[in-house]
Amino acid sequence: MQLKDLFSKLPSKGTRPMDKMPIKLPDALLRLGVVVVALVAAIAIALALLPASLKDRKLQRAVAIERVQATTIMYAGASQCADCHETEVNTKKDGYHRNVSCETCHGPAKDHTENPVDIKPPAPRDRRFCPTCHAYNESRPKGFPQINPITHNPMKACITCHKPHDPKPPTVPGECTACHAGIERTKSVSPHALLECATCHTTPEQHKVTPRNIRPSKPSAREFCAQCHGKESKTEGPPKIDVATHGEKYLCWQCHYPHMPEVHHE
Amino acid sequence: MNRRLFLQRITSFLLALGVPAGLLGAKRAAASAKHEKGSDKPWYGMTVDVDKCIGCARCMDACKTENDVPREPFYFRTWVERYIITRDNEVEIQSIGTLTNPASEAVTEKEILRSFFVPKLCNQCAHPPCVQVCPVGATFQTEDGVVLVDDERCIGCRYCIQACPYGARYLHPEKNVADKCTFCYHRISKGLLPACVEVCPTQTRVFGDTRSQASPLTRTRHMSKIHVLKPHLNTEPKVYYANLDGEVK
Repeated sequence: MQLKDLFSKLPSKGTRPMDKMPIKLPDALLRLGVVVVALVAAIAIALALLPASLKDRKLQRAVAIERVQATTIMYAGASQCADCHETEVNTKKDGYHRNVSCETCHGPAKDHTENPVDIKPPAPRDRRFCPTCHAYNESRPKGFPQINPITHNPMKACITCHKPHDPKPPTVPGECTACHAGIERTKSVSPHALLECATCHTTPEQHKVTPRNIRPSKPSAREFCAQCHGKESKTEGPPKIDVATHGEKYLCWQCHYPHMPEVHHE
Repeated sequence: MNRRLFLQRITSFLLALGVPAGLLGAKRAAASAKHEKGSDKPWYGMTVDVDKCIGCARCMDACKTENDVPREPFYFRTWVERYIITRDNEVEIQSIGTLTNPASEAVTEKEILRSFFVPKLCNQCAHPPCVQVCPVGATFQTEDGVVLVDDERCIGCRYCIQACPYGARYLHPEKNVADKCTFCYHRISKGLLPACVEVCPTQTRVFGDTRSQASPLTRTRHMSKIHVLKPHLNTEPKVYYANLDGEVK
């Protein structure tokens, strides 16, 4: 409907209540007044008709939060597993995998906690699974147990030698490579290939349990390297230097990388 | 009205206007301060120890399972980046897959100066840019500091995806709404840990209430050198990184 039609329907001049008022308002102002009143009424009606969920932001948020909270849970949480699987939890609690949640390997198990008979979480026995964490990767933290899946007992399933709930620590010194594969690989093609780890490092037994807190020793004096590399040394082959003057205040390994001396920094 | 009278009246008028306004302001400031500090509500946060991450992608996988995130390798609520800094100071950032071994070697071992994995997720900023830009108020911060998306209100305009400095949001291909990490809000409100924290085999991720006096989160924040991503943006992230390399953006 056009505005013109609207105004034509207004009562004609003379019968309007305005004419009887002591102050006569101009017509234009009166028309404006009608529009304003109509608008206000329309807004008021709309507000009254709108459901609360469209007006109240607090309510909207509360509903949204409830909707998010109602999402299905898939992972039950490690404490749930302990209720039934006491043996496994006890085996695991002192081993290296003590901090690994059950569901890290066995997958989401909320369904299983609700229906333990029919729904069984998988136990990964495949050789491809363990390397997800334990395959050698340069970016992994130094000292994290890593193997080369291609050369490490090919075709054999990991669980034939390792108990996943209680993986055993390697024996020192022969098996330093279980965790320090990167060093072993570098060293094996270096002039130091034939030196045992224990030649330069002594490793406290506790290092195998808390590898980061208890660390193996490193040579603490230049004289140690000088046994082979000092100019008075009788050994044949190793390059010789004068320990008294060479390298000033630094220990040898602060400049040279002993697992790949020199070659590494070229 | 002479000048003196005018000045007197204008001064008293301004005073009369200013005093109630000032009182109102002070009250409001006190109210907001109460919200920041004295509240007994939790204020959730997470620490990520970069030195511990082995890049096994269990977190990414668990997140997708728990939150029904599309399996395609470009929709993530949390993801892990592999940083490689070469001897000539080039920085290469690779994204790793959920179930594949991350050992894709583009750079040979000899060229690598240092390398590490960085897990990433929504930083649950205290001052979230995504909330500021949302034209319909679909993204909001809960009282415990978690930024959520109301998927019935979101119109899928992607403005928040653009605004997030951490790239933590994506447009859900089926629902056509913005989607992001919720700190597993459905889990934490029932006392469980977020799925990524639950499955992390190396305790890289630690979750908790930042206001707690004694908790694994508080201890980690107390014992480690902590950094946040892009601190210059003043978003005040609540995902705290321990042992973060300067090259991480």
